[in-house]
Amino acid sequence: MAKVTLDRVRKVYPNGFEALYPCSFDIPDGELIVLVGPSGCGKSTLLRMIAGLEEITEGELSIGDRVVNDIDPANRNIAMVFQNYALYPHMTVANNMGYGLRNRGLPKSEIAAKVREAGEMLNLTELLDRRPSQLSGGQRQRVAMGRAIVRSPDLFLFDEPLSNLDAKLRNQMRVEIRALQRRLKTTSVYVTHDQVEAMTMADRIIVLNAGRIEQMGSPAEIYGAPASTFVASFMGAPPMNLLKGTVNGSGVLLDGGPTITRAAPVGHTGPVTVGIRPEDIELSDDGDLPFDVDIVEELGANRLMHGHLGGQPFSVSVNKDMHAATGQIKLALKPAAVHFFDTEEGRRL
Amino acid sequence: MADVTDTTAIATSTTRRRKRIKWETVGDHVVLILGALLMLVPVYMVFATSSHDAITVHREGLQFLFGDQFSENYNAALFEYGGFTDSVNGITMLTNSLILGLGFAIGKIIVGMMAAYAIVYFRLKFATFAFWIIFTTLLLPLEVRILPSYEVIQSMGLANTYTGLIVPLIASATATFFFRQFFRSVPEELIEAARIDGAGPFKFFIDILVPLSRTMIAAMFIIMFVFGWNQYLWPTLITTDESLFTLVRGIRQIIQAYADGSTTPEYGEAAALAIIAMVPPVLIVIFFQNWFVKGLTESDK
Repeated sequence: MAKVTLDRVRKVYPNGFEALYPCSFDIPDGELIVLVGPSGCGKSTLLRMIAGLEEITEGELSIGDRVVNDIDPANRNIAMVFQNYALYPHMTVANNMGYGLRNRGLPKSEIAAKVREAGEMLNLTELLDRRPSQLSGGQRQRVAMGRAIVRSPDLFLFDEPLSNLDAKLRNQMRVEIRALQRRLKTTSVYVTHDQVEAMTMADRIIVLNAGRIEQMGSPAEIYGAPASTFVASFMGAPPMNLLKGTVNGSGVLLDGGPTITRAAPVGHTGPVTVGIRPEDIELSDDGDLPFDVDIVEELGANRLMHGHLGGQPFSVSVNKDMHAATGQIKLALKPAAVHFFDTEEGRRL
Repeated sequence: MADVTDTTAIATSTTRRRKRIKWETVGDHVVLILGALLMLVPVYMVFATSSHDAITVHREGLQFLFGDQFSENYNAALFEYGGFTDSVNGITMLTNSLILGLGFAIGKIIVGMMAAYAIVYFRLKFATFAFWIIFTTLLLPLEVRILPSYEVIQSMGLANTYTGLIVPLIASATATFFFRQFFRSVPEELIEAARIDGAGPFKFFIDILVPLSRTMIAAMFIIMFVFGWNQYLWPTLITTDESLFTLVRGIRQIIQAYADGSTTPEYGEAAALAIIAMVPPVLIVIFFQNWFVKGLTESDK
């Protein structure tokens, strides 16, 4: 178990592509941190640099008290779970899990004991003699987890470990991985492009975009106070509504007509982007915002209404008890639920 | 009335259907049978001929029916010492051929795998260039470089040795090429997992790559064994010592007696030896064929 520190770590590929701009953060001991972002945002590169599979161009990476920039992956005392599991197809489950220990020169009896222990923890006891090809996707994922656990590493690295599983299994494994990590109290870095995984699993989330850290914080902070329009639209499903407008005294005049009253960014004039989460809106006959509903999506627990607000696309999520139909309805806003962003830079005001 | 005509119509059509011959199928089978016969009849004729004595064969040519000299011919082919120095029999030649075939196959697989490993997994400056250089040697068969090769082996004192027979032919562009293609299809993540598991280049090769390549190795083994088994020119050149003769050479040796003019060549015995020479490659193919097909077709690991 260890703390991980990144100090202005940067990655530039030989062809000049800057995959990761200098970034610094700490991961306290035992924390699970999720790196999330769209494809190509640098999250996997960052993870692979921590693993030692990718060279660090600049900056300093330490795991525990050691600077590990020039240390081989095998000697960093880390374990990694890959997207495609990366199990050795010709080895049994037990051998797959014990291979790393064997390379460390541990005695056979000790390896067997550790493998058995990990097998029990992951319900793999009956499968220890099978080959990966005889296992289902979920079981393979478990073996990959087992291979990570037996080494009792300082740091777990997960590279989109659930993206090859079907939706149901993914939910189940998500909870299992989280529970396991809590139990082992091993510092972990988890990469995903799925914002639901990020929200549910993380102690802290780092949102990456185009090689830069957009925001770092607890899931609640990220969701409640997104630092930029990118974070606002990336985290949350359906995404936050972003409306263009202009500050007008104590309110905002939206492009295309309606005005949001009683809410305006402090000390900002001119164009502004207004962000409103779809579930933070009330349907009210007394409301002052006319919303043209085009489509109603039935999700069971709630309904999504998609349409236009003064000509700009807009969505509202309502409870299943509420009546939802197409046509024009009136919306009321809670001033506290309105976010403001700089239109040009996208940064939160 | 309408009913009656209907039923008769159905009746005739069913009988017609039962009798109808699918001429396409017949055509297909004729082609297949002819092809099979084309391949099998010569082998059968050699087999039948191998059971006649030399005089019958000399007088009447190849035989279609079995004669009564079967055991005599095979006995002579396998156990009778012959040749110029009377120092070589069928068993010796069989052993020599096996050594040559196995040496070839195993040597080529080892060298090919190691070359491919270097090309695929290490950041060499001229890896691609080196690969294409190796690949172009496919265009230069042994015959092109036979004199310099002979010169080198001769000057190293390796003429009339197994080393001299095997080593010069061991570098294999074919094997390197196939293993390279195979290694490139091994998922990247597997290598990374192995790196994190602490497997260095040597361990990764032995523990992971070699077992993964099993089917490919089997396929290469068959091809290379048969290739080595059928070598004629190089052994003829490099071995003058009859105790190092291979089966393929031995067959010629028997026929050559005719050229010397003294006796009737032992045609039956030569045919028997030819059949014996065919057996090991056939066995190897039968034994490895499942793996062979898998090795050449299987794409997912």
